[in-house]
Amino acid sequence: MRITTFLLVAIVCAALTFLAARWIGNGYVFFAGYVVLQYIVLATAWNILGGYCGYVNFGVAAFFALGAYAAVAVGKLVPLPLPVMMLIGGVVSGVLGLAMGYLTLRLRGAFFSIATLAMAVVAQTLMVNWAFVGGSAGAYSIRPMKTPLLGIDYIQYLFLLMLGLSVLSVVTARLIERSRLGLGFASIRDDELAAEASGVPTLRLKLFATTLSGALMGMAGAPLPLYVTFLDPPSAFSLSYAVNTIAMPLIGGTGSWPGPVIGAVLIATLQQVATVTISSAVNLLIVGVVLVGFVVAAPNGILGLMRSGVPRERRGARRAVART
Amino acid sequence: MGLLGNAVISGLLLGGFYAAVSIGVSISFGMLDIVNIAHPAFIILGSYCAYIMNAWFGIDPILTSLVLIPAFYLLGTAIYQVYHLAFERRGDQSLRGLAFFFGLLFITEVVLVLVFGVDYRLVQAAYIGPSLHLGVIELPLRLLVPCVVSLGLIGLLQVFLSRSFIGRAILAVAQDQLALRLMAADPVRIKRIAFGISIATASVAGAILIIIQPVEPSLGREYIGRVFAICVLGGLGSFAGTVVAAMTIGIVESLTATFYGPSWSPAVAFGFLLLALAVRPAGVFGR
Repeated sequence: MRITTFLLVAIVCAALTFLAARWIGNGYVFFAGYVVLQYIVLATAWNILGGYCGYVNFGVAAFFALGAYAAVAVGKLVPLPLPVMMLIGGVVSGVLGLAMGYLTLRLRGAFFSIATLAMAVVAQTLMVNWAFVGGSAGAYSIRPMKTPLLGIDYIQYLFLLMLGLSVLSVVTARLIERSRLGLGFASIRDDELAAEASGVPTLRLKLFATTLSGALMGMAGAPLPLYVTFLDPPSAFSLSYAVNTIAMPLIGGTGSWPGPVIGAVLIATLQQVATVTISSAVNLLIVGVVLVGFVVAAPNGILGLMRSGVPRERRGARRAVART
Repeated sequence: MGLLGNAVISGLLLGGFYAAVSIGVSISFGMLDIVNIAHPAFIILGSYCAYIMNAWFGIDPILTSLVLIPAFYLLGTAIYQVYHLAFERRGDQSLRGLAFFFGLLFITEVVLVLVFGVDYRLVQAAYIGPSLHLGVIELPLRLLVPCVVSLGLIGLLQVFLSRSFIGRAILAVAQDQLALRLMAADPVRIKRIAFGISIATASVAGAILIIIQPVEPSLGREYIGRVFAICVLGGLGSFAGTVVAAMTIGIVESLTATFYGPSWSPAVAFGFLLLALAVRPAGVFGR
């Protein structure tokens, strides 16, 4: 499928989702759906660096929350429309991603992950000590009742924006996957030293991956202040974002763009249902248990399980071809 | 002058405590290359065990932790067994291993939340409260006793590692697993023992944590970064390095908290770590 066709299909799916949500009529669908879409974006963005390149980023909350705080800070200076805030959040987090890439360029594996964790703590401490955005006391964002141009409820507007961002991130992921960039990323994941020796510009590619991943996460974070109406550092930089964002691609499958989407829809929906029915502490338990279960039993996630269900004849034919 | 002196002293004592918290990760990450990011959660588990014994029976928390060491050791061996079967045998799957422990961290935390709730818990003991006065320097026993226990624990472990056969086998498995196998010692069994010891230290670390400060389930999250920062700064696998790094971070955090405000102290420790990782990833005492 060509990328333009894919884009059109994605837009149609998004439009259908929005219409279905409006048809259901219950306003809560938009609130819960916003969270699911947010995690689709976060999971896809994480997967660009984590699944395609093999660099596990624990500092998800830093990019996400800095996008949110950029929106708060800019909003206090000059009230801009939300899509512009999202771009600003994307730029801020993209720059952070670039900086993080430079700082951690020599680190591999676990050291990189620890460095990202450290960076998240530093970012949180900076926000706690910045009184302009509320510091430790937090910042309030009043959500308007109706959208300026379209006249629908504001939460539907947020939902729509997040839908657009999900389409953008999924299309970006697929575009990367089927391109030379994706081949470069895969070579870094498989054996960075060999890739470097074969002439792959690993540093440039890694920097691109961290910047893009960070930018998408920042864009996902920008509407957050208006969604939650009260933003403070402990909740914005919560490690729960990291565990969810990492769990979703690992459960869905890290190799390709459907993985994070499947994982995000599955886990985020489960969590929303659990929050409403059982309690909100249980939703983290769900993520933990499902993550551990999948990581131990199904290392390639749901996508891997689906692929291993390919009928035997086709597998045999592939193996025969490989042997010749 | 008195303020500076007291800040440095409490930093040193705090550093002693941080050393106990990090020694487990120094073993599992430094020697076994297992990124046990769930270690702080086990420490909190140890804190809650000490809390229960103290609240119901009035037993001293450190005594509880010593009694529970075998239980935590068994827990460690069980977790290592699962980790080995699921990950190490399949080859280099560092992402999955990390995710496994990350999941364990959250499972432990949420189970504690569901059982105990999110209130802060503390213990009562004879040495929480009084302090020794040496001129202008104050040594709160609340910090001094954990520091002494911590250093004692680390000293014991160091002696065990350098004198006993199993201890030397653990040091060997960190260096060359194949050579160890050729010496007729099973590396998997040695690693299991080592990981069990690593989690057993969490029991003691948890007890002294709840002596120093009130504990609630998500406190572990604050310690993840600190623990790994100390291990990396000190050079992986080196106990002396871990103690020195822990003291350094303790002093830096204490000075920052005293002179710039407590809200800045987390950033300082991690800023240190980021700098160290950028400049000298092998750590101060690195091999």
